[in-house]
Amino acid sequence: MDSALLIHRIHFAFTATFHYLFPQLTMGLALLIVVLKTIGLRRNDPIYHQAARFWAKIFGINFVLGVVTGIPLEFQFGTNWSHFSRYAGGVIGQTLAMEGMFAFFLESALVGLFLFGEKRLSPKGHWWTAVAVFAGSWLSGYFIVATDAFMQHPVGYYTDADGNLQLASFWAFLLNRWAGWQYAHTMCGAVTTGAFVMTAVGAFYMLSGKFLEHARVFIKIGVITGCLFSVLQIVPTGDRQGKLVTDLQPVTLAAMEGLFQGQEGAPLVIVGQPNEEQGKIDNPIVVPKMLSMLTYRRWNANVRGLDAFPRQDWPGNIPLLYYSYHIMVGLGTFFIAIMALSGLLLWSGKLYSARWMMWILLLSAPFPYIANTAGWMTAELGRQPWVVYGLMRTADGYSKFVSAGNGMFTLLGFMGMYMVLGILGLFLVWREIEHGPDSDQLVELNAAEAV
Amino acid sequence: MASVWFWIVAVMIAAYAVLDGFDLGAGAIYLIAAKTNDERRRVLRAIGPVWDGNEVWLLTAGGTLYFAFPRIYASSFSGFYLPLMIVLWLLILRGIGIEFRAHIDNTVWQDFFDVVFSVSSILLAVFFGAALGNVIRGVPLDSTGYFFEPLWVSFKLEERIGILDWYTALTGVMALVTLAAHGSYYIGLKTDEDLGRRARGLALLCWPVQFFLTFMTLVSTYFVRPEIMDNYRQHKAGLLIPAVVVVCLGIMLWANPKGKEKLAFAASSLYITFMLVGAAFATYPVMLPARDHRYDLTIYNSAAGAHGLSVGLVWWIFAAVLAVGYFVFMYWMFRGKVQLEGGH
Repeated sequence: MDSALLIHRIHFAFTATFHYLFPQLTMGLALLIVVLKTIGLRRNDPIYHQAARFWAKIFGINFVLGVVTGIPLEFQFGTNWSHFSRYAGGVIGQTLAMEGMFAFFLESALVGLFLFGEKRLSPKGHWWTAVAVFAGSWLSGYFIVATDAFMQHPVGYYTDADGNLQLASFWAFLLNRWAGWQYAHTMCGAVTTGAFVMTAVGAFYMLSGKFLEHARVFIKIGVITGCLFSVLQIVPTGDRQGKLVTDLQPVTLAAMEGLFQGQEGAPLVIVGQPNEEQGKIDNPIVVPKMLSMLTYRRWNANVRGLDAFPRQDWPGNIPLLYYSYHIMVGLGTFFIAIMALSGLLLWSGKLYSARWMMWILLLSAPFPYIANTAGWMTAELGRQPWVVYGLMRTADGYSKFVSAGNGMFTLLGFMGMYMVLGILGLFLVWREIEHGPDSDQLVELNAAEAV
Repeated sequence: MASVWFWIVAVMIAAYAVLDGFDLGAGAIYLIAAKTNDERRRVLRAIGPVWDGNEVWLLTAGGTLYFAFPRIYASSFSGFYLPLMIVLWLLILRGIGIEFRAHIDNTVWQDFFDVVFSVSSILLAVFFGAALGNVIRGVPLDSTGYFFEPLWVSFKLEERIGILDWYTALTGVMALVTLAAHGSYYIGLKTDEDLGRRARGLALLCWPVQFFLTFMTLVSTYFVRPEIMDNYRQHKAGLLIPAVVVVCLGIMLWANPKGKEKLAFAASSLYITFMLVGAAFATYPVMLPARDHRYDLTIYNSAAGAHGLSVGLVWWIFAAVLAVGYFVFMYWMFRGKVQLEGGH
């Protein structure tokens, strides 16, 4: 592969992956904080208000990191992918600009009030700022997913005289059916991260014997939300997303599933390493006929394998795509199991005293991050070798006038800077967790200058 | 329709320069104007609730450029690759400088983030000024519609040019002084006691430098790009723009020592707006001039399709009204002089 192409790909992949560690938590927490505040208002329960304030602090740190790591992404379409931007900007520029105009303005204006305005506002008024922050962050997510959906499944465009894409139908583009399911799937993933992190902090306090009242609230809200959204993650959103891939990117499906030869009654590979050289899966463990059932809803349906497609249209990195997909699905299943078990224990009133389960919940916190990352890798590696599916190849989209050397320079710069950000973020979040949620002091007193 | 979008982008850039300009400027004077921890906290509190929203104008201006003029977005962002990446790093450092300082009550931690915040603010002001200088001077676009500039070549205006040469270095310094003054007026307006006095004093110091640099920049621009006067020759009404600039400079000089802080800040805001509008007026309809004018990127050869531009206008107006509403609300919520109630 052209080394400049490789560097520009890693440049975007690295910065986008790192960035998304923060929004997945803030989008999930935004919903959970609204839930906490709503219950707090209705029951007039100070524990819920303190819980909301505590999570608002964690939200605040992650929000800052999400903002500063998000700005480079908006720039990188132009800096690193200028040929793609010139080609598709007339269409996808719409959603990217809308994200700024509708979501970022709302978020940036209200997040300050939400984090530091509790004293200035009535409880109702402050509840509204939490709702606005939730709405802004979830709206932002939709515009980004709609942009990606166009790259996965271009609709609502025409090709102009210069050969560039232009908008033909705003609504067809904005309401791309790919975007609908992908958005639902992505948001479920974000709430799953939020729920697992909230539960894990609760479990940590339980195990440490500190802040027990708050810990119960965190665990209860986290487990109930986690149960609901880890199921929604797979049915219907994951299932329907898979169906779209089956219909619209069949070669991607074959690569994800490691199906080298097409067949009737295709099996679902659970374990095994794709061996591209020999066109098979090593030491496979499979569920017979399951893939046919999942994709076409018939046990004996014919599923096309990689052999049905010309080699130049195969996703470039089949092993990585296959593993990303399998890790995502494997973890998704694991989340349902953990949350269902915790839900049962909660229902029977034994959860808080089950230390072994607290340990499991504590140690599970990193896994939703891995699953969300693997999910995005599945989507974007699966789109290869196209940058706009079926229309422009990735190899034609990068900035041809930015040399590999200049790309490497800035890639290394971002890696160094993001390592520092990651350490700072972990350090500050850890301090908040250690400090605990039982402060009644309104945040404005000690942190208003830190907006 | 493309003209409408030209002016929308220009106004958004001006809004960015005025709004984020004062918090960048506050950063530039931060270490000099604010000496004690309390004073530094007050500066940060004066910009704290608003800086993030101000910065969104940069993002939305970029996004609007992207969809209305994809060709210009693609050429300029890849051509200005190195300075933009450095700007991104500085924006990141500055953001965490502002946000993370107050998390830990320790002088070493706070001194570190104070310097990070101030130095990144200064460098950002210089880079934005130099970027503007590049756009006015023209870039080495060729028939591909792309270009790439290294950070500098020889600082002369020769065949091969870089981001920085004597002219763009001048516009960079000009931007720094302008924003330092702008930030001083803002801090003078939002704070009192020693801090407010010191900020107003700094603004007074900046004024002659700003006046001199304004004059120097306008004269050099004429030498670097004589055709900059064409639009002014054709439309005499355009000469009102430099007239407003001069009047604003006068008001700034008069209002500041008199203690009319709001007026001084408003004049500084208008000064920045009209300097940028004047530049846009001069280059119209060219958006990214090439050193060789055959390859100029204009609103005619770079605009997106007609349908996209019309649909965009509908939602853009709607969203802009909402955005202005949020800003009015937010500034109103945090109105008045900054007080440190409670303290530590």
